[in-house]
Amino acid sequence: MLKVSGAGRQYLGSIVAMAPADPEVGETPAARLDPESAEWLRVLACADPQREAGLARLHEMLLRIAQGEVRRRGPRLRIAGPELEDLAYHAAADALVAITSKIGQFRGESRFTTWAYKFVIFEISAKIGRHFWRNPGVSLGAEDWNQLPDRFGFDPAKQTEWRDLLAALHRAVDTELTARQRQVFVAIVLNAVPLDTLVIELGSNRNAIYKTLFDARRKLRAALAANGYIDDDC
Amino acid sequence: MDGRPELERFLRTDPRDVGCAEAMEMLHIYAELTVAGAPAEQQYPGIAAHLRSCGPCGEDFDGLLATLSNQET
Repeated sequence: MLKVSGAGRQYLGSIVAMAPADPEVGETPAARLDPESAEWLRVLACADPQREAGLARLHEMLLRIAQGEVRRRGPRLRIAGPELEDLAYHAAADALVAITSKIGQFRGESRFTTWAYKFVIFEISAKIGRHFWRNPGVSLGAEDWNQLPDRFGFDPAKQTEWRDLLAALHRAVDTELTARQRQVFVAIVLNAVPLDTLVIELGSNRNAIYKTLFDARRKLRAALAANGYIDDDC
Repeated sequence: MDGRPELERFLRTDPRDVGCAEAMEMLHIYAELTVAGAPAEQQYPGIAAHLRSCGPCGEDFDGLLATLSNQET
């Protein structure tokens, strides 16, 4: 017998109705699947009411995972109480939609539940990023270079030891990076904007922003090494 | 505190780093191998390099590992 909490029942009803059946679901190589995963795929490929019951059970499981994950991350976030619970609820609901629309991509390389948990974890990250986008602690476009020493933990009392290094880093940011690389460096490094928040701000994706910062890091390292500020050991 | 090691760690890039898209695609497989005690890092060095360097993907990996560990206990 499925049990869905009262608060969640109405929302779940709309999610179940929204969750599309993936036409490729029947094509997963069932022979490679463990029995539990095979059962999940079988139930989710059924017609209603079995599919609806399976989706409700999956949602219940995703919600439990989401609640555990927000509890794990909670102490490091400026989100708490009902807001955090709400975030978990929406993450579970959106993960259910993602899972049902991508179920044909599940190739049995892990347990079905592990594959499914991944989506709820991703949804939590995206929603935390969106939360900080709506409630930024700093302006995303701000540019306060006085923050730079603190970002890397340089001791203000030993400024004579690092002043030239950071001045060189600042120059390299200005002269070596493209406008986009500079924008991403300033937001993430100088302003400590979470990467997933910047993704939303720039209408991009995590991979593209990471790659932009990756290329910026490589250029900055090369510039500092070429000028003798750091060892070129790569 | 001297921030030089932290700065150098930040600037150092690993050419094996596969990026977020591939790491996210493979995360469930990598996490299951890790929980099972299999040599995931040797099997997928590019993903290991990425998870060491990318805060958000590393956080997702930690979350998935914690979830799997909690499910087993």
